[in-house]
Amino acid sequence: MVSDTNPVKLEIQNLTIRYGGQAAISGVNLSIREHEIFGIIGPANAGKTSFLKAINRMDMFDSNMRVEGNILFNGQDVRKLRNIYALRSRIGVVFPLPVGLPMSVYDNVALSARLRGIKERAELDLIVERCLTRAALWDEVKDRLDTLGSLLSGGQQQRLTIARALSQEPELLMLDEFSIAVDPVTTMRIEDVLKELKSEMTIILVTNLVQQARRLADRTAFFLDGGCVEVAQTEALFTQQTRDPRTRDYVEGRFG
Amino acid sequence: MDNHMFAATELNQKNQRTEKLVRLLFILMAGLLILPVLIILFTLVYKGSSILSIDFLFTNPTNGMTEGGIFPALLGTIWLVVVALIVSVPLGIAAAIYLSEYAPDNWGTRLINLAIINLAGVPSIVHALFGLGAFVVFFNFGTSILAASLTLAIMTLPVVIVATRESLQAVPHAFREACWNMGATRWQTIRRVVLPNAVSGILTGVILEVSRSAGETAPIMFTGAVFFSPFLPQGVMDQTMAMSLHLFVVSTQVPNVPENLPYGVALVLIGMVLIMNSISIAFRMHLRGKKKW
Amino acid sequence: MSRNHAFDQRNLDWYIDKAVQALVFIGGISAVIFIIGIFLFITKEGIGFLINTLDLQEFFGSPYWEPSDEDAPEYGILALLAGTASVTGLAMLIAIPFSLGTAIYIAEFATGKTREWLKILVELLAAIPSVVWGFIGLTIMNPLIIELFDVPVGLTVLNAGIILGLMAAPIMTSIAEDALKAVPDRYREAAEALGATRWQVVFKTVLPAAKNGLLGAVLLGVGRGFGETMAVLMATGHAVNIPGSVFDSVRALTATIAAELGETAVGSDHYQVLFTIGIFLFLITFLINLTADLIVRGIRNS
Repeated sequence: MVSDTNPVKLEIQNLTIRYGGQAAISGVNLSIREHEIFGIIGPANAGKTSFLKAINRMDMFDSNMRVEGNILFNGQDVRKLRNIYALRSRIGVVFPLPVGLPMSVYDNVALSARLRGIKERAELDLIVERCLTRAALWDEVKDRLDTLGSLLSGGQQQRLTIARALSQEPELLMLDEFSIAVDPVTTMRIEDVLKELKSEMTIILVTNLVQQARRLADRTAFFLDGGCVEVAQTEALFTQQTRDPRTRDYVEGRFG
Repeated sequence: MDNHMFAATELNQKNQRTEKLVRLLFILMAGLLILPVLIILFTLVYKGSSILSIDFLFTNPTNGMTEGGIFPALLGTIWLVVVALIVSVPLGIAAAIYLSEYAPDNWGTRLINLAIINLAGVPSIVHALFGLGAFVVFFNFGTSILAASLTLAIMTLPVVIVATRESLQAVPHAFREACWNMGATRWQTIRRVVLPNAVSGILTGVILEVSRSAGETAPIMFTGAVFFSPFLPQGVMDQTMAMSLHLFVVSTQVPNVPENLPYGVALVLIGMVLIMNSISIAFRMHLRGKKKW
Repeated sequence: MSRNHAFDQRNLDWYIDKAVQALVFIGGISAVIFIIGIFLFITKEGIGFLINTLDLQEFFGSPYWEPSDEDAPEYGILALLAGTASVTGLAMLIAIPFSLGTAIYIAEFATGKTREWLKILVELLAAIPSVVWGFIGLTIMNPLIIELFDVPVGLTVLNAGIILGLMAAPIMTSIAEDALKAVPDRYREAAEALGATRWQVVFKTVLPAAKNGLLGAVLLGVGRGFGETMAVLMATGHAVNIPGSVFDSVRALTATIAAELGETAVGSDHYQVLFTIGIFLFLITFLINLTADLIVRGIRNS
């Protein structure tokens, strides 16, 4: 369990996100502490993905997306940063649709290190092997590191995307329904890795599997219709100590 | 009941007849458009092939351009095209990268697009006037390869821009976002993900531009190409002969030319252009067959 | 933690990105600079004459073009305009039906290999240089017309019109094909589901939906014909003349510049009046291209 004395990694104040006139998130307040796994559960269209997009400023890629409120990363407002790329390099993201870049598997995972200026082959080799192993992909691709990442199977591309995010050595790792294209056994392996990674980074885990949140998250937030219904210690949510009846209904599978 | 069904079949048959007729009509139109051109091309080959030889390509014209080969024109065209490429390829690729990767959706970008459309649409003779007024007279390059190539470069700039932009945009947006999400700058993303996957498409565009520049006549005829020159060009400030202008000269300006000589020149010119275009097309089809995602 | 100190500092990569952005912006803006430059330079060479000497009424109204007459030069472009218009008009008469027909065939009827080969052929035809077309008009069409129609001269409106038509058709075909391809397949599927045959689908659904794009293709073809130089220079017979029939020789605006610019002294009246024609050509083609672009953009937005 994460102590309340851990420093705050990410502070969300009164966050509202709109697409055109439609609000995807409205008035959300949250704080996420260092070295915790923070789960976000909720039905489709609850605003979970938009929430992640706002954190690493993906709203810049979408002229429709409007963000209001404050997002403080290490105490700095991400919308007032001078170097947005430095922010993104510290945040790893994995979205449900896997993207293997059209370069070799090796280059996919070495890319982030190369962007940071690491050129030495031995060092790159080490990073590639470590990240692919953690993403439970190493055994499958170690003999064909030169195949195109974009030609791997969907599940492999998903793990490649995770490996790439890990290769950033991020301070914050955001996973959005990462297990959607991955088989249950591999999902379990990755979940074990996430538990280990907690000592190195902060993790936000958006998931549609409530049991996954229960297995992994220290605290969990329940999102519904663009609002954050409640945030609580995960065990509390799952042992009927919820404040809001809607949360209990969702956790117990009565809707969603 | 029977009557009704019969009527339906008759209508159906009528429809099918019309269908066949319409299809035939369109095939006919396509055929009528393409057939004459093929006949013309075969005539060119038939009448010009007798003069074609290695000698024809690599000797100077003699006896008032009524005999001999086309070497200075061939070499001149290569000079003109290469110098034009040196200017237009980097500029065109830069413009395409800007438009595809950086340009915001605003009136300034629309203005650039409009300018590109017009660069391609302005008559070649107007480009010639511009080349004369700007490069020959104002910048005082004189009639030279430099002036002619600059004129050609500006005129054919849209070819490179359009081909490059198309191949950049063929790289799925998801790859860029994945790369940006890792903290890559726009340029790092372009250099490591977008360009490597667009480079063959860009090359196709460059080949097209070579073909286009080699065939142009009007833009070079007052800016750097001459009817006849006893010397081969030594540098960009020299005048030169060129294949396209040479065809114009031997078919309209020189008396007593044997019939097969201009046909030979036309054949070499059209051969150059069509081979370039075929390479470009073959290259494109090869790429399409090679899936990378 | 050590990384935290550097957090949000602009680093080398940030500056490189900005520098590249500035550099490629120069490439982008160069197109605008060139088009403005073209207009400014041809205006600079032609404006003095346009303002001081030229009588616009004579320029557009008189059929007499004798700019090299030392005593009384005449600068009427009416006949040249008529030449350009007649050749372009005839060319469009030929090119529009055939290129639209071919485009419809390629986009809606042809399949598989036939379609691929037709497209390649059309693309190759579009690549043939205009001086080669002029040469064809001069050496192949000329005797053919003389023989077929029993006329004394074969370098006429008919000759240049056919040549220009064949030249413009491939370009119009591929633009028109793009316009047809831009019509979403669900339109076709919806019509087919209602039991329409292929040609009914094409005439009642696809053509109306693509009409702006097709109009754009036609306009671009007109612009192309209007501005074509070498082919009309070689195939029209180059006689200043308002044509009475397609068997008359004419002379086009573009060809006049090409034929006479070489003989004029820089800065002379004759030199300047050729630039004035250039200004006119520039403005007309600019308008045509602008209109075509607006029309084509119109369908994309709706």
